[in-house]
Amino acid sequence: MTAITMPVKTPARVRTTSPLRAVLRNKLALVAVAVLAVMLLAAVFAPLIAPHDPNAQDLLVRLRPPAWMSAGTSDHLLGTDQLGRDLLSRLIYGSRISLLVGASAAVLAGIIGATIGLVSGFLGGWFDRILMRIADVQLAFPSILLALAIVGFLGSGLWYVIIVLGFTGWVSYARVVRAEVLSLRSREFVTEARAIGVRDSTIMRRHLLPNVLAPLATIGTLHVAAAIVAEASLSYLGMGVPKEIVTWGAMLANGQLYLGTSWWLAVFPGLALMCTALAVNITGDVLRDVADPKAYRR
Amino acid sequence: MKPLLSIEELSVDFRLDTETVHAVDRVSFAVEEGETLAVVGESGSGKTATALSVLRLNPEPPCVYSGGRVVLGGRDVLTVSEKDLRGIRGNEVAMIFQDPMSSLNPLKRVGVQIGEVLRRHQGATRAEARQAVLPALREAGISDAERRAGQYPHQLSGGLRQRVMIAMALIGRPKVLIADEPTTALDVTVQAQILDLLADLGQRHGMAIVLITHDLGVVAEVADRVVVMNRGEVVETGDVLELFDHPAQEYTRALLRATPKLELT
Amino acid sequence: MTLLEARGLRKEFGGRRGHGGIVAVDDVSLAVEEGETFALVGESGSGKTTLTRLLLHLMEPTAGSVLFDGEDLSGLRPAQLRKVRRQMQVVLQDPYSSMNPRMRVTDIVAEPLVTHEPATRGHRGRAGLRDRVGELLDAVGMPAEVQDRYPHEFSGGQRQRISIARALALNPRLVVLDEPTSALDVSVQAQVLDLLADLQRRLNLTYVFVSHNLAVVQQVADRIAVMYQGKLLEVGPAAQVFRSPRHEYTRSLLDAVPNPDPRQAKRRQAVL
Repeated sequence: MTAITMPVKTPARVRTTSPLRAVLRNKLALVAVAVLAVMLLAAVFAPLIAPHDPNAQDLLVRLRPPAWMSAGTSDHLLGTDQLGRDLLSRLIYGSRISLLVGASAAVLAGIIGATIGLVSGFLGGWFDRILMRIADVQLAFPSILLALAIVGFLGSGLWYVIIVLGFTGWVSYARVVRAEVLSLRSREFVTEARAIGVRDSTIMRRHLLPNVLAPLATIGTLHVAAAIVAEASLSYLGMGVPKEIVTWGAMLANGQLYLGTSWWLAVFPGLALMCTALAVNITGDVLRDVADPKAYRR
Repeated sequence: MKPLLSIEELSVDFRLDTETVHAVDRVSFAVEEGETLAVVGESGSGKTATALSVLRLNPEPPCVYSGGRVVLGGRDVLTVSEKDLRGIRGNEVAMIFQDPMSSLNPLKRVGVQIGEVLRRHQGATRAEARQAVLPALREAGISDAERRAGQYPHQLSGGLRQRVMIAMALIGRPKVLIADEPTTALDVTVQAQILDLLADLGQRHGMAIVLITHDLGVVAEVADRVVVMNRGEVVETGDVLELFDHPAQEYTRALLRATPKLELT
Repeated sequence: MTLLEARGLRKEFGGRRGHGGIVAVDDVSLAVEEGETFALVGESGSGKTTLTRLLLHLMEPTAGSVLFDGEDLSGLRPAQLRKVRRQMQVVLQDPYSSMNPRMRVTDIVAEPLVTHEPATRGHRGRAGLRDRVGELLDAVGMPAEVQDRYPHEFSGGQRQRISIARALALNPRLVVLDEPTSALDVSVQAQVLDLLADLQRRLNLTYVFVSHNLAVVQQVADRIAVMYQGKLLEVGPAAQVFRSPRHEYTRSLLDAVPNPDPRQAKRRQAVL
């Protein structure tokens, strides 16, 4: 039988937009990405943007409300705290810690979790069983308690906080990666690789890892948001970063005492936390939508 | 004689994020009472989207019915009310799909699911339904009906599940049965049995069958008339013998040439 | 000469303490001669997929042995086994999942080379690798420019061609083809089968061709083995099995194949 050239069989397709433009149509996503971009810029260029030194005390202007209120001044747009420190500057500097801790903790937890998930899912057997039982035990511990215990033991400090959040946060990553690996393991391209003679470690690295990056990134963005809030909780409890460094959590703790009278001390850091966490989550969704359709469309 | 079902200049688009797919492009054909019509085409030909349109089953965001009519009993299925549509589905027109596992509830026993269909379509009471389940299973060629009625879908083979689907589809005594690749996922021996069953049931109940398939062998085995589709359009329509003997279009000829034929002499 | 041989192969799954469990392959023995196309035919549950995995030594048999060029695969150390794998490659059924969607075509086709030939790794090896991949793609009728694209940019038939190019990278002697055209449209199927026949002639390949489609098998096979529920029912020259099958099951299998000729169709009740 001779080879036949057949007329093209696919239905008529009309290309309307690129994936990027499709994303841009989603207004919520646009807002979220914009917010996150602003935060990142603020964090990086804090010294240039902040109107005041975040630690500069000026008792003459203590507890001033935000500028748009009657007793406020345009010098301190969001008001001042009980020591006369400018709230806006403190917020801007505080974003550095939040974003740094959030991102670092997520990366650390991601590396630990992904490695465990990959190995556990691919190799299976008693190895897998032991690792998953450890994961279960870890999950059963209230994470804040665990974090407190570790920080109490190691002492407070920026890097200790990151390490703690990283080492307590790996479980979600591991579980998701393991589930993905379990389903990938029986996919034909893995069988192919084994038939070619590729070593297990290479299979994990070259075939499995790139394919779990998508769910990994999703968990990652969720975790960044959670880590930011967790760091704030630790700072709020006085167990986080040293007092000289400005963090939103410490601002919240500080502002708690003044909630009835000077509400702005607590509300603005709270809002900042909430907006950042939301923005990170939504941006994560957006990233996934842009990256995925190209790879998985048939 | 007026056709039972008439598809007139039907156009169906799928509006996706970055592109619009014209899955069905001004397709027209008719189904006569009691006949077996095969709609044959390769992947992407639009045959499934066309079949789903008869019962307005295409998922409605992304899908848009951009033109034409589907005329059944004097009404256009694409414009009737939800209530009328529910009346049509299962009663005048029934449909079975390639993968019975996705149409059956894995958590309920087979007999129970058939009973539910009976109660919904014929208003039967629970007792009446229980009585009617076994004959329905037997009519679909399931021999050990009592035992099978008490089983869950995963306990049945592919062929048996498809028979259960057929039994469920037949309960409303539809005038038209649309079968979308009903045997593609089945072993060839089972496929033969299911095709026999469909042909037999079609004859017994005077039911028209619209068989969607990519396999010309299946078409030759059971079809009276054939519609050939490619790229969302109808390429050729005709009587099965005519089509196989004297295909009018190049695409049809190429399709026939490419189909491997088993020589047993 | 016999290139691949199975002796009394048996594979059980599951079951605890010798009770329960499924016997997927039950006492199967066969021999594949160099240069021929040996077809393995069976329906779902026949055990043919498990058998191919056993033949490729992707799993250990419960009993029995697989010999490639006279060597028992079970007894080999990992390094030796890897050497054998160079000579025995596979093309799988689903063109949509047999390639890593995140790898480029050039990396996919080059993977066997990179795995087995350390000289191809690293910077200097890269250029030579691209040339070699280009040659392989050319041999399967794909232009060399496709190297930098991703699998999802190609149709099913094109992907199968890429799979075949990958299988040929190490100049294997035997290629196991597990339902290579079953997921393809019938028009593309013809082209791929032609390509496979052409390659076999040119490169003196031995094929183990697994399929449930008897019409396709008739086109390609020299000898056929029919499997049913884990057992090998009959083996013989293709023409003989088709003309005078010895087993009842084989006969029913042949009878069930739908015939694209309405005049000869067995299920037709309409008056002609």
